Amino acid sequence: MTQTQTIIDIQPGELLGKVSEMKAASQRLSQICCSKLPDHLEVCYSFDKDYVFTTYRLSMPDNALPVPSISKIYGNSFHYENEIHDLYGIIVEGISIDFKGNFYRTALKTPFNCAPEAEVKA
Amino acid sequence: MSERTIIPFGPQHPVLPEPIHLDLVVEDEKVVEAIPSIGFIHRGLERLVEKKDYVDYVYVAERICGICSFIHGLTYCMAIEELMKVQVPDRAQYLRIIWSELSRIHSHLLWLGLTADSFGFESMFMQSWRLREYILDIIEETTGGRVIFGSAKIGGVRRDITPAKMDEIMKKLDAYRKDVSQLCEQFMKDQTVKHRMRGIGMLSKEDAITTGAVGPMLRGSGIAQDIRMTGYCGYDKIGFTPIIETAGDCYARCMVRVREMDASFGMIRQCVNQMTDGPIEVKVTGNPTGEFFMRSEQPRGEAIYYAKANGTKFLSRLRVRTPTFANIPPLLTTLAGCQLADVPVIVLTIDPCISCAER
Repeated sequence: MTQTQTIIDIQPGELLGKVSEMKAASQRLSQICCSKLPDHLEVCYSFDKDYVFTTYRLSMPDNALPVPSISKIYGNSFHYENEIHDLYGIIVEGISIDFKGNFYRTALKTPFNCAPEAEVKA
Repeated sequence: MSERTIIPFGPQHPVLPEPIHLDLVVEDEKVVEAIPSIGFIHRGLERLVEKKDYVDYVYVAERICGICSFIHGLTYCMAIEELMKVQVPDRAQYLRIIWSELSRIHSHLLWLGLTADSFGFESMFMQSWRLREYILDIIEETTGGRVIFGSAKIGGVRRDITPAKMDEIMKKLDAYRKDVSQLCEQFMKDQTVKHRMRGIGMLSKEDAITTGAVGPMLRGSGIAQDIRMTGYCGYDKIGFTPIIETAGDCYARCMVRVREMDASFGMIRQCVNQMTDGPIEVKVTGNPTGEFFMRSEQPRGEAIYYAKANGTKFLSRLRVRTPTFANIPPLLTTLAGCQLADVPVIVLTIDPCISCAER
């Protein structure tokens, strides 16, 4: 393995505290992404400093639970948060620039988190 | 206070070959805020991984972008190789670096032409694209393709370069290096270029970190971060230090790219000198399992490929974070406070690739 990285599972209530710690440590927000697994969704928040890559991962049973926005801590999170909202339907509360579902112009609503039959229909 | 007006910039605009839209909030000629809008051509290529065999997906990854296509395919391959614990042969790694650096040179020459064109420096545009053609010719000679190389594969590379062909290419590259260096010198010493770029589109070191800038955008603000320093793909075997400039303006970002081109020529020379005979691939069997964030340094900056595999031939998730996507928030910071006429120049100094961002 050439690149050092750590993935840490956290609870939704810990998110803002952990992200604030990363900001205080001058870590750069590298990316936010979501993954749909058979029985739950995962949201990963990745940070980097001096080539050390750290990811905090939230696991959620479905997309009904709102996730707090980290855009007040990291201003550049707004487009990642709009992306996971538009592609997966995750509700992110308090995004600094909220496109309200118009960040991506897709034929299908939440295309990365929809039933296969809806995909075929579209 | 002057009255505020919103001026739409893009998605169709002479300096933008690809669609990005900015709502520029202006007071007289001064931009006070910019609100971005992308998503006009989102292709959903990440989702396609659930339906394509992980071996075949290399071809899709290469088509995410037409400029850094090889590095996209390569990063995907490296992510899978990490999951499957595949050790790629040395010769294949050197060949991967050679094609990556050729990609970087031709991407930066393309950017140089477009940037020069954005403020009417037409002869520079023509000269840089003329030189870019020579680089594309070398890529075609060695891979068979000018846009899509089709040379990266999981476990190595598909093609080798013979020693005779390598000598021939190096003679050409040595000549091109001088031409590129001369061209860049003309560009960077030009008074009009300095006038249009110095002190324009400022991004401080702190802002570069907090806005998540990557690539020349980050290094132009004085931060020595280049993912090649992690040593992926054998970069640890060749001498290399990140190229940085400290001014944080458009000129500094241009200077980083110009110096990177020269460094890339040097890296190719080092690879050729160090290469020894040997296999160019290893056989890969089975299916990947686990997860990994693979990072690479594309011409525009850090790309992240997150692969999550479940032991079948289809990955359960592939996430691609492209450098242009990361550089949109820093772009907004650089636009705030600029003059309206400077907007095209500032936009081009992030070297936007919307094809990548709309993967």
